[in-house]
Amino acid sequence: MSDIGFVRTEMLPEREPPASTTGALGWARANLFSNWFNSILTLASLYAIYAILSAILPWVFSPTWNGTSLNNCREILTAAGSVGDHGTSGACWGVIRERWIQLLFGFYPSELYWRPILAFVLLAVALAPVLFADKVPSKMLIFSGLYPFIFPWLLWGGTIWGPVAALGGFVIGWVVYSAASKTMSSLMGILLGAAAALVWWFVLSGYFVGALDSILPIGIEAVESRKFGGFMLSITIGVVAIACSLPLGIVLALGRQSDLMIVKYICVGFIEFIRGVPLITLLFVASTLLNIFMPPGTNFDIILRVLIMVTLFAAAYMAEVIRGGLAALPKGQYEGADSLGLNYWQAQRLIIMPQALKISIPGIVSTFIGVFKDTTLVSIIGLLDPLGLSNAIRADANWNGVVWELYGFIALLFFVFCFGMSRYSMYLERKLHTGHR
Amino acid sequence: MTTLTDPPKEQFRLSMLLYDTRYRSATIQVIAMICFMLMAAWLISNTAQNLAALGKPIDFGFFSEPASYDINQRLLDYSSRDTHLRAAFIGLLNTLVVAVLGCITATILGVIIGVLRLSNNWIVARLMTFYVEGFRNVPVLLWIVFIMAILIETLPAPRAFRGDNATASMMLGDSVAVTNRGVYVPEALFSNSLGNIHLFGESSLRFDISLDLMLILIVLGGGLWVANLLRKRADRIQEQTGDRPVTWWQRLAVVVIPTGLVLVLLGFHFGYPELKGFNFQGGTHLRNSLIALWLALSLYTAAFIAEIVRAGILAISKGQTEAASALGLRSNKIMSLVILPQALRVIIPPLISNYLNLTKNSSLAIAVGYMDITGTLGGITMNQTGRELETILLLMLVYLTISLSISAVMNWYNESVKLKER
Repeated sequence: MSDIGFVRTEMLPEREPPASTTGALGWARANLFSNWFNSILTLASLYAIYAILSAILPWVFSPTWNGTSLNNCREILTAAGSVGDHGTSGACWGVIRERWIQLLFGFYPSELYWRPILAFVLLAVALAPVLFADKVPSKMLIFSGLYPFIFPWLLWGGTIWGPVAALGGFVIGWVVYSAASKTMSSLMGILLGAAAALVWWFVLSGYFVGALDSILPIGIEAVESRKFGGFMLSITIGVVAIACSLPLGIVLALGRQSDLMIVKYICVGFIEFIRGVPLITLLFVASTLLNIFMPPGTNFDIILRVLIMVTLFAAAYMAEVIRGGLAALPKGQYEGADSLGLNYWQAQRLIIMPQALKISIPGIVSTFIGVFKDTTLVSIIGLLDPLGLSNAIRADANWNGVVWELYGFIALLFFVFCFGMSRYSMYLERKLHTGHR
Repeated sequence: MTTLTDPPKEQFRLSMLLYDTRYRSATIQVIAMICFMLMAAWLISNTAQNLAALGKPIDFGFFSEPASYDINQRLLDYSSRDTHLRAAFIGLLNTLVVAVLGCITATILGVIIGVLRLSNNWIVARLMTFYVEGFRNVPVLLWIVFIMAILIETLPAPRAFRGDNATASMMLGDSVAVTNRGVYVPEALFSNSLGNIHLFGESSLRFDISLDLMLILIVLGGGLWVANLLRKRADRIQEQTGDRPVTWWQRLAVVVIPTGLVLVLLGFHFGYPELKGFNFQGGTHLRNSLIALWLALSLYTAAFIAEIVRAGILAISKGQTEAASALGLRSNKIMSLVILPQALRVIIPPLISNYLNLTKNSSLAIAVGYMDITGTLGGITMNQTGRELETILLLMLVYLTISLSISAVMNWYNESVKLKER
C-alpha cells in the first residue's frame, strides 16, 4: 500500500475574500470598471455629471430670493460678484417668491384659496378607498360617489342646489330603472331610466334649482371660469377628464368588444378618430367649433368646452386601456359567468369588470399622467395654465426676460406630480402581480 | 292511436323583440343606430343653422386665394403670393419632415438609452434612469419651449463669428455654424446637374424632383441589391460546402464605387455657409423652431422608446441566451438570430404607437412658430379666412390619414415578424 504523506484532519479557517472584491473598491471594480469599455463609460458619465452640475449648481444657488425685479436681481448678483462672460450669471428666484401663488392658483380670488385646497384634500380622501383599497374601509366609497358633485361646487361656487339637482338626476334614473326592470325587462329599465334622468337634467332641473334657490338660498360665492389658472386649472382638467372618461371609456371598450355589429363600428370609429388626431386639433374644436355644433344661441364657458373635448380625448385612450384589461382576462371567467346563468350586465358587473379594472389600474394611472401633462396644451388656445401664466408673468415689465426660473419651477412641479403617480402605478403593478399568474 | 301534432308554432309577437335573445340584439342595434343618426342629424342641423346665421356656408374656395403670409422654413418654393392650398401643402411637408427626423433620432437615442439602462455599469444605468424619468414626467410642450429658449438665449449671435477676435467659431472644419438664429449646415450642390422634373405644372401642388437625387438613389439601391445577392450567394455556398467565402469587400465595393462614380460625374460638392454682412449666407439654414421641435420631440419620445426597448429585452428569458450559447453561437449571432427577433415582437407594437404620438405631438410646432400643417392650415389660414369649420375638419382629416397610414405600414411590418402559429 502506498502511504499517503498528508491527510488534513481539521477544517481550515475561512479566509477573508481578496481585498479587491470587497468593500468600496470591490464594488467599484464590479460595477464601474469591470472592463475597458465600462471604464470608459464610467469616466465619460462622471465627466458629463461634472459638466452639467458645474454649469447648473452655481446658477441655482444664487442669492436672489428677495429680488423685486430682473434688474434688481442683476444688481444683487453684481454685488455678490457672480458676473460671467455674458453679464451676470445666476438665477433670479425673486420671480418665484413673488409669483408662486399665482402659478398655483391663477387669478382665483385670494380670500377663496381655501376652496380649491379643500377640494383637492377631499379629492385625496375620495380617492383613498379606490387607490388603497386594502387599507381604507370600503364604506368610504359612498363619499367617493358623492365627491364628483362636491368638487365643482367648491371650485365654481354658486348655489348648492345645482349639484343637488345633478345628483337628483342619477337618483331619479336609478329609481325609474329599478321600478321598470322589476315590472318590465332590464333593457326597458335602462332605456326608461336614462330617459327619465335626461328629462330631469334638461327640462325640470332648471325650475327645481330656481325654485329652491329662491326659497332656501344656500350657496357660496361664485367664481368665474376665466379666473381659473395655474396648476389648479391643470389638476382640475386632469381630474375631471379622467373621472368622466372612466365610465365613458368602459362603455366604449364594452362596445368595441361586443358582438353587436353597429354598436361595435360606432365605438371603433369614435376611438380611432380621437386617437388619430392630435389633442391640439380637439382643443381648436373646443375653442372655435363647439359652439357651432350646439343649438343656435348656446354659448358656454371655454373651460367647460375644453373639459368636454379633453374628456372625449381621454375616453378614447381609456377605452383602449380597459379593452386591454378585458383581453387579459382568461376566457374561463366569461364562460364561468355564463355557466352560472348570469346575463350580460350581471356578468360584467359581478365578474368581468372588477377584475378587468383591477388589471388596468396601472394603465389608467399612466393615461392620467398623460392627460395631466397634456393639459399644458390649453395655453395654446389662451387659457392660463402654468405655461400660459409664465407668458403672462413675462409680460410684466419687472420680469421681462425671466425664462429659466419659471420653466424650471413649472417643470419641477410637473415632475413631482407625475413621478409620484408613476411610482404609485409601479407599486400597484407589483401588488397586483402577486394575484395573477 | 295517437296522432302526431305539430309542435305549437311560435308566433312572432312584438314583445319578443325585447325578451327573446334571438331578436334582442337586433333591437338594441336598431336603437343604437337611430340614436346615432339622431345625434348626427342634430349636430348637422345645428351647424347648418349656425353657419347660415353667420352667413358663411361651407365653401373651400378660400384655398385658391392668395395666402399672403410667409413660411420661412420650407422644402419647396413658396412665396406669400401663393395660394392657401400651397401653404397647407408646404405645411404638410414640414410636418412630415419633422416627424420623420424625430422618429429616426428618437429610435436611435431610445435604443441606446434603453440598452444602457440595462448596463451592469452602476453609474451609467443610474444616469439613464434619471434621463428617462426626467423626460417622461415633464410635458413635451414645456420641453419644446424650454429647448427653444436654450437655443435663443445661450447660442452666439452671428456677429460673434465676425472679426479677428471672434468669440464663436464654426464647427467641423468651418462647415457648420451654430448660431442663435439657427444652424447653418453645408448644402449638396451638383455642378453638372441634370435638372429637375416639374410635376403638376404651375398648380398649388407643384413639386420638383431632383434628377440628381433620383439617379444617386437608384444607383445606391442597385448597389445594395447586388450586395444582397452576393450575401445570399455566400449563404448558399456556406450551406453547401461549410466554408463561407469572404465577401465583405465585394459587397462594399458594389455599393461604394458606382455611387462615388455618379457623385463625381455629377460634380458633387458642398456649398458652405459663409458670414456675409449680418448673417450667414449659403448652406442650408435650419431654423431654431425646427431644431427645437426636432430635439424636444426626439429627446421626449426617446425616453418612452428606451423603456419599451428595455422591457422588450427583459421579456426574453435568460434561457434563450443560454440555449443559444449552448448551441455554439457567438454573442453577436445570439443577439441577431435569437434575442432580437423575439424582442422585436414585443417592442414593435408600442413603438408604433410612440411614432404616432411623436407625429401627433409635432402639431405643438405652433408654440415655437414652426410652420407645419397646424401652423399653416389650422393657424394663419384659419385666422385669415375665418373658415374654422373647413380648416379644422380638414386638419383633422390630414392627421387621421397620416396616423392611419403609419399604423397600417407598421401593422403590416408587425404581421411579417409575428410568430407564425398554426
